[in-house]
Amino acid sequence: MNKGKFKFDFWTIVTIIIALIFAVFLIYPLFALFASSFKDPVTGSFTLNNFAKFFHKKYYYKALINSFTVTICVTALSILIGAPMAYIMNAYKVKGKGILEILIIISMLSPPFIGAYSWVLLCGRSGVVTKFFAEKLNIHLPTIYGFLGILIVLTLKLYPFIYLYVSGALKKIDVSLSEAAESLGCNPSKKVFTIVLPLILPTLLAGGLLVFMNALADFGTPMLIGEGFNVMPVLIYSEFISEVGGQANFAAAMAAIMVFITSLLFAGQKYIVNKKSFTMSSLRPMQPKEFKGMTGVFSYIFIYLIIILSIIPQATVIYTSFLNTRGSMFTSEFSLKSYRTVFSKLGQAITNTYLYGLIAIAIIVFLGMFIAYISTRKKNAVTSIIDAITMFPYIIPGSVLGITLLLAFNKKPLLLSGTFMIIVVAFVIRRLPYTLRSSAAILYQISESMEEASISLGCSPVKTFFKITAVMMLPGVFSGAILSWITVINELSASVILYTGNTRTMSVSIYTEVIRASYGTAAALSTILTLTTIISLLIFFKLSGKKEISI
Amino acid sequence: MSVSISIQNVVKKYDKTVIIPDLSLNIKNGEFFTLLGPSGCGKTTLLRMIAGFNSIEGGEIKFDDAVINDIPAHKRNIGMVFQNYAIFPHMTVKENVEYGLKLRKVPKDEMNKKVEDILKVVKIDTYKDRLPERLSGGQQQRVALARAIVIHPSVLLMDEPLSNLDAKLRIEMRSAIRDIQKEVGITTVYVTHDQEEALAISDRIAVMKDGVIQQVGSPKQIYTRPSNVFVSTFIGSSNLLNAKIKIESGKKYVCFDDFSVEMTNLSEDIKDNQKVIVSVRPEEFSLSDKGIKFKIKNSTFFGRYINYEILPNKDLIAGNQPYFEFTQDLGHVHDFFEADDELCLSPNPLKINVFTEDGEKSLIRDVKENE
Ligand SMILES: Nc1ncnc2c1ncn2[C@@H]1O[C@H](COP(=O)(O)OP(=O)(O)O)[C@@H](O)[C@H]1O
Ligand SMILES: [Mg+2]
Repeated sequence: MNKGKFKFDFWTIVTIIIALIFAVFLIYPLFALFASSFKDPVTGSFTLNNFAKFFHKKYYYKALINSFTVTICVTALSILIGAPMAYIMNAYKVKGKGILEILIIISMLSPPFIGAYSWVLLCGRSGVVTKFFAEKLNIHLPTIYGFLGILIVLTLKLYPFIYLYVSGALKKIDVSLSEAAESLGCNPSKKVFTIVLPLILPTLLAGGLLVFMNALADFGTPMLIGEGFNVMPVLIYSEFISEVGGQANFAAAMAAIMVFITSLLFAGQKYIVNKKSFTMSSLRPMQPKEFKGMTGVFSYIFIYLIIILSIIPQATVIYTSFLNTRGSMFTSEFSLKSYRTVFSKLGQAITNTYLYGLIAIAIIVFLGMFIAYISTRKKNAVTSIIDAITMFPYIIPGSVLGITLLLAFNKKPLLLSGTFMIIVVAFVIRRLPYTLRSSAAILYQISESMEEASISLGCSPVKTFFKITAVMMLPGVFSGAILSWITVINELSASVILYTGNTRTMSVSIYTEVIRASYGTAAALSTILTLTTIISLLIFFKLSGKKEISI
Repeated sequence: MSVSISIQNVVKKYDKTVIIPDLSLNIKNGEFFTLLGPSGCGKTTLLRMIAGFNSIEGGEIKFDDAVINDIPAHKRNIGMVFQNYAIFPHMTVKENVEYGLKLRKVPKDEMNKKVEDILKVVKIDTYKDRLPERLSGGQQQRVALARAIVIHPSVLLMDEPLSNLDAKLRIEMRSAIRDIQKEVGITTVYVTHDQEEALAISDRIAVMKDGVIQQVGSPKQIYTRPSNVFVSTFIGSSNLLNAKIKIESGKKYVCFDDFSVEMTNLSEDIKDNQKVIVSVRPEEFSLSDKGIKFKIKNSTFFGRYINYEILPNKDLIAGNQPYFEFTQDLGHVHDFFEADDELCLSPNPLKINVFTEDGEKSLIRDVKENE
């Protein structure tokens, strides 16, 4: 057929278009960011001063140290909570497992700043719990602001990643492995450390990295609850906001430092995982057993305590959304006042969220399917580069992406800043991976002979893609798209940098309302957002037919 | 409708590895042609070159007189049956079979008639509204066959279509495939690594090894007169014995140690004292008073026959075979042997095959590599 000749077919065109899209919306902006970090704000000439400034002033580099401290603590704590929890839930018969897992997933998928803000409501300076302890028991609780608050909120939000990863890995361990260990005279606790732990270690690493990246990049939580405890994303944001008008070179330099660090981590993890990985598949997964003795009691206390703690923010928000408000204070009688305010003043935020979300999802689905197809079925140098670039969202924190896009598209010919398009672009870039990965996963399961059968019957390859391949991919694409959707509507860190008065979304509005201390409207909006998330999640469970998600 | 296929000096490379160095074949119109060879020898590769799914790095493939090298797969009018059936899971049996006809814009009533007819031929007309996941392997295979045949392809290509079925169904389906092929009369290229299946189903077989055709011929020719040692051992089993040619007063003999048999069908270019390899199938030995001496090592009872593992004098064994085999048909035999018994066997001179010392060439008169 093609004797090594270049063929200009449909997939070549698709590949070129996708490469162009990435070049314009990701590579070029990143390049512009790095370039601007080496520029002098006044003269525009090349300089390393921006970096020097960062490493010379304690105020700046302290933020980096703080970021690392809190991120490492969050990661460690998440592993300490998530891994044992996953083991208990899979090794033993835990009552209410189905509900518990859904609660875990909900607490993972809701925006972390909602957590931050309801912990402030509860344990903040004038929080309910703080007051109760101070007035009734005369105990002064330690302050929730700063390191402790960030640690609590992020851990409760992020341990579910570890839980889900480890659960997935545990399900793949064949029971015969642990039976073999027992038959060789290994006692149960020794078994966990000599067999189970080594087998799930690569998974634990991958999950740990995901938590680390998320914690390092999170902007909303430290912004709301961090106060004096300055971390990188907040520092970058505030420097950027105060530099507006200028070239934001210093913020760019700090963003570059962060991207550099996250890339190193990501590369390191890839390297370790590649060296250590082995595939497991199990014919007979481990069967949950009944608890014996006190293990059961402790396990239940542990699991329920953590899950209740992690669902408290949602519950608080929903409860308070139905309370009447006076100024920034909630009163004790019920009222729909907050909702009325939301619909009269902030209705646009709701429609914006759905509108931008849907546009982004449509683009994500198309890109996801096409990229999945070219990178699994049309492997070549260009498609593998595209495949690698789709990993970028893992290493670029949302706020950095926001700044990047703003810097790149604030002048003609590509004047996008201030429009809704720039927000959609940010959504697509950040949330494409979910759809892409599940599309690729299902594509690996569809035998290529399906397509060949269709071609042999006289259907052209392109037509075959739409008539056979795409139709068979739909379930996978759909479940990925719902995850993308849920995370799109909850996106804050990039949109908070990109929004303008007319393009604010729900999560941005929640954030600004909290900052303005309009807790009632914030609670009502959060409730609407959480409800949308839960409904989407239920649709997802219904469609995928299982009570699990893979991230 | 159906065409002949002519493959001339085709070459297949993946990057720098050559899979098929230079292969030529002629497949006649309407015949059932099988590519047989051990796994990894390039059968699938060749079949997919005919189908248009693999590029061709050299040479030509023609359907009748038309070179098809540059015709894309979907315009070649082929029918293909895959190892995993590749039935579209989101379409019913009927929709699967209609698929190719719809693409050819066949009018509705004609299409319905064709579909009905073919579903009857493959005997699945009662399942036409079912989704494939509710069909057994054999039934899915029939759907795949119907879907490929209903478009009246120029050639029908099948890649190990029976290898996912259990043994009994495999035998049932192979005669079904054979019957259906004869009924519709489409040129068929069939790939398998199972020599028994190939012998049972084919009009002609091409035996392949490492991308090279070893022999082409009818099942009987290939079994009885293999063109080299590889074919003789790959098709059925053969004992390979070291021997020497002796020519005495115009008569030709092969000598095994002290025993020799007269051969009347050796080719002209043999020489006295030439070293040869003789291939004797387990059923081509018979008990006799004079013959090659063997010792029984082991015996396996199969019901219809007994298979003995036997050991001759070491020098007789060519290559590294652990033992020889000898089968006794139970229909005509009364006394059986036990381990360590000794016996004399003489090979049937009309059946055995004689090869050059390197095993590359048959020394039997009129044995053809390509028939
Ligand atoms: N896409 C490919 N790339 C590289 N080598 C291949 C590819 N497909 C097949 N091969 C190699 O070609 C040889 C023949 O393969 P194949 O035709 O599948 O054998 P068969 O069908 O006879 O078992 C094998 O050595 C195989 O490893
Ligand atoms: Mg094969």
